[in-house]
Amino acid sequence: MALIDHTATELLEQLAAGRVSSIELTQAFLAQIEQHDASVKAFLRVDPAAALARAQEIDRRRAEGQTLGRLAGLPVAVKDLLCTQGEPTTCASRMLENFRPPYDATVIARLKAADAVLIGKTNMDEFAMGGSNENSAFFPTRNPWDLSRVPGGSSGGAAACVAARMAPLSVGSDTGGSIRCPAGLCGVSGLKPTYGRVSRYGLVAFASSLDQIGPLAWTVDDLALLLEVLAGHDPRDSTSVNLPVPRYTETIRQPLEGLRIGLVREHFGEGLDGEVNAAVREAMRVYESLGAQVKWLSLPHGKYAVATYYIIAPCEASSNLARYDGVHYGYRTNEKEMLAELQADRARLQKVRDTAALEDLDSALVRLYRRTRDEGFGPEVKRRVMLGTYALSAGYYDAYYKKALRVRRLIRQDFDRAFEEVDLIAGPVTPTPAYKIGEKVDDPLSMYLYDLYTVSANLAGLPGISVPCGFSSSELPIGLQLQAPPFEEERLLRGARMFQQATDWHTRKPSTA
Amino acid sequence: MTKERGQGRGAKPRFVAPNLGSRTLAMSISRQEVEKIALLGRLLLTEEELDRMTVQMGGILDYMDLLGEVDTEGVEPMAHAIDVANAFRDDRVGSSLDREAALANAPHRDAQCYLVPAVLGEG
Repeated sequence: MALIDHTATELLEQLAAGRVSSIELTQAFLAQIEQHDASVKAFLRVDPAAALARAQEIDRRRAEGQTLGRLAGLPVAVKDLLCTQGEPTTCASRMLENFRPPYDATVIARLKAADAVLIGKTNMDEFAMGGSNENSAFFPTRNPWDLSRVPGGSSGGAAACVAARMAPLSVGSDTGGSIRCPAGLCGVSGLKPTYGRVSRYGLVAFASSLDQIGPLAWTVDDLALLLEVLAGHDPRDSTSVNLPVPRYTETIRQPLEGLRIGLVREHFGEGLDGEVNAAVREAMRVYESLGAQVKWLSLPHGKYAVATYYIIAPCEASSNLARYDGVHYGYRTNEKEMLAELQADRARLQKVRDTAALEDLDSALVRLYRRTRDEGFGPEVKRRVMLGTYALSAGYYDAYYKKALRVRRLIRQDFDRAFEEVDLIAGPVTPTPAYKIGEKVDDPLSMYLYDLYTVSANLAGLPGISVPCGFSSSELPIGLQLQAPPFEEERLLRGARMFQQATDWHTRKPSTA
Repeated sequence: MTKERGQGRGAKPRFVAPNLGSRTLAMSISRQEVEKIALLGRLLLTEEELDRMTVQMGGILDYMDLLGEVDTEGVEPMAHAIDVANAFRDDRVGSSLDREAALANAPHRDAQCYLVPAVLGEG
């Protein structure tokens, strides 16, 4: 078996036993990137020299008998919205194309402290807004199972690089399904932790009450390993909770006794692809054969989740993205051209004596902001800024934003009630397997509706996981989603591992890799 | 807008979400409103972008109308998923980003400051 076909857990054992060096391992994954990333395009940036230098340093420290971190010598890919000091962190946006953060995100600092080898920054939808990776300002990532299809998003590069065996572990973020959706479409495992479980310090903000960082890997054992490194309280993120982090890797092997799984009736209606439906139901039979009890339940406010989400998330985004002003960092429009344009506008209005329009004419500073943002943001980011600005504007705030916050509570209450009856809630991750690149690009609403199974976990703040549970007739992966009450990642991982012990979907590898 | 959607995408199968219920077209947005929102959001949309944005926002806002059927009387708005009390810390002096590091990413600067176009005396 080739090095790159081992799980992270296995590779760490081999590293610890001296059967492989970090240099060899890093070279193997770099070679795979070299060979396949020209077609998959999962990475925005790979710095082989820096990765190899880091690997060499860890090998040296190991040879000297030094105590090493949890992930010592293991390559890890990170989504390009996590600040890495002095290195480009672009968020797949023209706006941040030349941005080099002056500090490390807490999760980056934790990975470095764990002696991981950061192998590259992965592609994503611009500012994590999107579910297909087509919103990257640079290029779309392709699904390793079918290069004409999307990998899902927004952590599309993060999922695709794991599926194509270009990294054993990868870090993504999930605001409305951005880890679970691409994990499902690329046939890997991905976990969105409870809101507050992982520090968001240094994560470029999209929607601050919904964003959460989490791990992607082939197996849930590897998710447990990476989550242990990422999770924990951080004084720099006041929304990170001060709870002890369980030793997920130690408990994950214990199956859940007397497990009760809930299936949401509303998730199996019109719009769900037949093969996805069948794969999820087959997964339930697997659980039943393991002694679990599967029962139907209802989340009556679930059908409002997409509308609620696409009010709250753009509101928070329009506020967060106000910081991109062309002054402090990031892209700035050509000032000379901007002033000339403004001068021409003024002359034109003076000529026709349109005094009202002259009074409304932008000041130079406002025009600087507007041109900068027009040129620096892509269409989806602009759409969300517009939606959020509208929903927060005078006269609409109560009708949209406040209303959505009230429905959000009702959605959460549905879950609280459901978890009195069951331990986990299971269902599909996405309504269909991966679709063709370009298929939904002109129809933002249909793109938003594709998120209907994943956004609730973010609104309610629950942890959710996606694991492979089958393939369509055209050999596209299908994901199974499991959700648990807040801070029950341990339960989620144990439950998901029971499934992976009984099935081998997660071991399948695309022919492109 | 209804016309545009019918024309432009009638042939394309649109993903149908389950159990969406009925929706009205009461909350459509006008082109003038879109223009005003673009200014508030500090965006500058071309004529073509304004047309497209008006259609797309109209369609999305129509869909949001769905929330109108939920009875939220007496429901407390939920801004955050977890109840976080104020997170206090001791008022200790720490180090902050030095000036050079803070200015390093500025698109236009001098040795000490960010530079912006003149904001006074315009006209």
